Amino acid sequence: MTAKNPPPDRDASSLDAAGGRMTAKNRPLDRDASSLGAAGGRMTTPTIPERGGHPTFLGMPPFPRTAAEALADPQLRANLQHATTTIRDKRVRAVAELPDWEALRVAGAAIKDDTLARLPELLLQLEERVTAAGGVVHWARDAAEANGIVTAIARQHGTTEIVKIKSMATQEIELNIALAEAGIDVWETDLAELIVQLGHDLPSHILVPAIHRNRSEIRDIFTREMSKVGRPAPDDLTDNPGDLAEAARLHLREKFLRSKVAVSGANFAVADSGTLVILESEGNGRMCLTLPEVLISVVGIEKLVPTWADLEVFLQLLPRSSTAERMNPYTSTFTGITPGDGPQEFHLVLLDNGRTATLTNPTGRQALRCIRCSACLNVCPVYERTGGKAYGSAYPGPIGAIITPQLRGINQHPVDEQTASLPFASSLCGACYDACPVRINIPDVLLDLRARAVSHQRGHLGERAVMSAAKATFASSRRLAAAQRIGGLLLGRTRRLRGGPAWLRTRTPGWARAWFTHRDLAPPATQSFRAWWKKTHR
Amino acid sequence: MRVALFITCFNDSLFPEVGKATVTVLERVGVTVEFPAGQTCCGQMHFNSGYRAECVPLVANFASVFAGYDAVVTPSASCASMIRHYHPVIAPDRTPPPVYELCEFLTDVLKVEDVGGYFPHRVAFHRTCHSQRVLRIGDRPQRLLSHVAGLELVELGHPEACCGFGGTFSVKNPDTSAAMGNDKTADVHATGATYLTAADTSCLMHIGGLLSRQQPPVRTVHLAEILAGTA
Repeated sequence: MTAKNPPPDRDASSLDAAGGRMTAKNRPLDRDASSLGAAGGRMTTPTIPERGGHPTFLGMPPFPRTAAEALADPQLRANLQHATTTIRDKRVRAVAELPDWEALRVAGAAIKDDTLARLPELLLQLEERVTAAGGVVHWARDAAEANGIVTAIARQHGTTEIVKIKSMATQEIELNIALAEAGIDVWETDLAELIVQLGHDLPSHILVPAIHRNRSEIRDIFTREMSKVGRPAPDDLTDNPGDLAEAARLHLREKFLRSKVAVSGANFAVADSGTLVILESEGNGRMCLTLPEVLISVVGIEKLVPTWADLEVFLQLLPRSSTAERMNPYTSTFTGITPGDGPQEFHLVLLDNGRTATLTNPTGRQALRCIRCSACLNVCPVYERTGGKAYGSAYPGPIGAIITPQLRGINQHPVDEQTASLPFASSLCGACYDACPVRINIPDVLLDLRARAVSHQRGHLGERAVMSAAKATFASSRRLAAAQRIGGLLLGRTRRLRGGPAWLRTRTPGWARAWFTHRDLAPPATQSFRAWWKKTHR
Repeated sequence: MRVALFITCFNDSLFPEVGKATVTVLERVGVTVEFPAGQTCCGQMHFNSGYRAECVPLVANFASVFAGYDAVVTPSASCASMIRHYHPVIAPDRTPPPVYELCEFLTDVLKVEDVGGYFPHRVAFHRTCHSQRVLRIGDRPQRLLSHVAGLELVELGHPEACCGFGGTFSVKNPDTSAAMGNDKTADVHATGATYLTAADTSCLMHIGGLLSRQQPPVRTVHLAEILAGTA
């Protein structure tokens, strides 16, 4: 039983690690740094596609194949199981401290639903307030527009480098690739994102993007890569977490001090005050928000909350759900520009990129409530075994399985095979729904998207035939009884259908092969229940 | 009270003993149960696989066959979930009859916990996802099991964890499904139990299919079969 390997020997604090934000200042070093080790071994990554020499999620194979590749790595399995179980238990404790947790969840869902229902007016209000506070608001229909806006602003300032705060929206639009193609260097300053970037890798978790790297790999990456892009790692760098964190701190410091432009996302955008809110653990975000001359924030249009007071709910929901902390170390709020203090030029890029299209689905739109806490990843039995890259999207896990297909247009038109495989990447166990701080009924949305995937799909004739035959059989009890008699006659004498005979695995159609590769099956009964009842209950 | 048994297509065709045991238990506690012969399938496989149009006639048939009953009892938590939560989605104009998973019916409707069962074995109980997170039947099964004479109930490690069956998930994502299932069987073996039980045959078919290739032998039995056991 591979996943039953003893967990790596680490103390619970390392699972802040699963919370994983590496802190550049103000937190005990070894505690932060211990999180480096939490990830344990290296993921045998599904082959990472490239675009212009940069790793990209686009073009990955469908989920069952990427999942099978990830499952083949027992070290990864052990690491993920250890990391997700520990953060899971911590979250349960953090949540249990609040007697009104359920009320907070209901409130969070209600505020987000209200926001989504009034998005046009609230967005205009936000634009007005941000503009009044000296910011410039841009509207981006899709990834290309958003990337174009950011690139143009950077070029206007003649900058050749940008420091960046960890941001899901910019991962989604692959901003770093667009900027690299424009000849602009982007420096990720979140430690886990830095590890991913220096490793020419892809993130595998919303909150802990480098969850798949262990400390000795990180040392190797730092030693090999830092010198190519800035201050080299110390010659004698060990894999001691404290030393690794210090190396990252020194490497990043010169970039913070030198860069004129910063890019961020935002956790929340408050419509009635024009304020953006960023929660983080490391302090790198605050550096980016205060040191550069120009700040560009790329924010999905669903990140709005109507009023400042609404933050009260989300600032309780988010930290406890994500890092299992009562409060995250740094919460930055900023409204336009403040003369003589911080960036003197502020751009807000409001990103649609499939969100308006997602709103058209009455069941699916609740996915836009998501506050990117990643609690659903940590409780997901599928994610726990496959890791994040298998999902072929910046958004992995259960939330990714419902957001990615919608952002890619499944509500409007057929999608590619990889995207269409995502709603099926779930056993519908429902753990994600219970953990979600804004009560997104992920199983319901998965079911809705499966129906859309099926109605779009061409091919899969075998599956369609099975479903049609089953429907025809179940349409009348007489047909069902006849099928049971035939099944019982043909197979009922077998004591147990075993995978032993090779023909079950090699000569049978897809689904039977998939079953018998792993499991045996009880044969159909020689006498069905209904036949028995008919005989005994006349 | 007119009580109907919904056996489910799965138990009807593959595991008729589960149906017989359910009838035994219900009759032992004084319920006269009917078996409407027109019943077939609740449509769960189609619905969960994205074939909604194919569900419509199955849901309509279910509503017709079970119309007029005061209670429909079924030995399947996932089928009960399907009917209670998704039949109204598929056919908003038809009200499904009140459907109870067997444990719910015994403890909530009949207010019975001791059904006079005898099963002298060490038994591990798997909660199943639909039991715990959709129906939220809580500790009803354990309460019923606690009154079974001779039975030693042992707690599984990771009791809340999915076994990985997930209907067609088991064949669309077979490797992930088996990985989840093998973690479950490891937890089963760790208890030293000789039997594994649950309120759903489908999970048991998957876990049992894995256990069948492992040592030491552990048999899977539906909860109704344990409750029906006699000395």
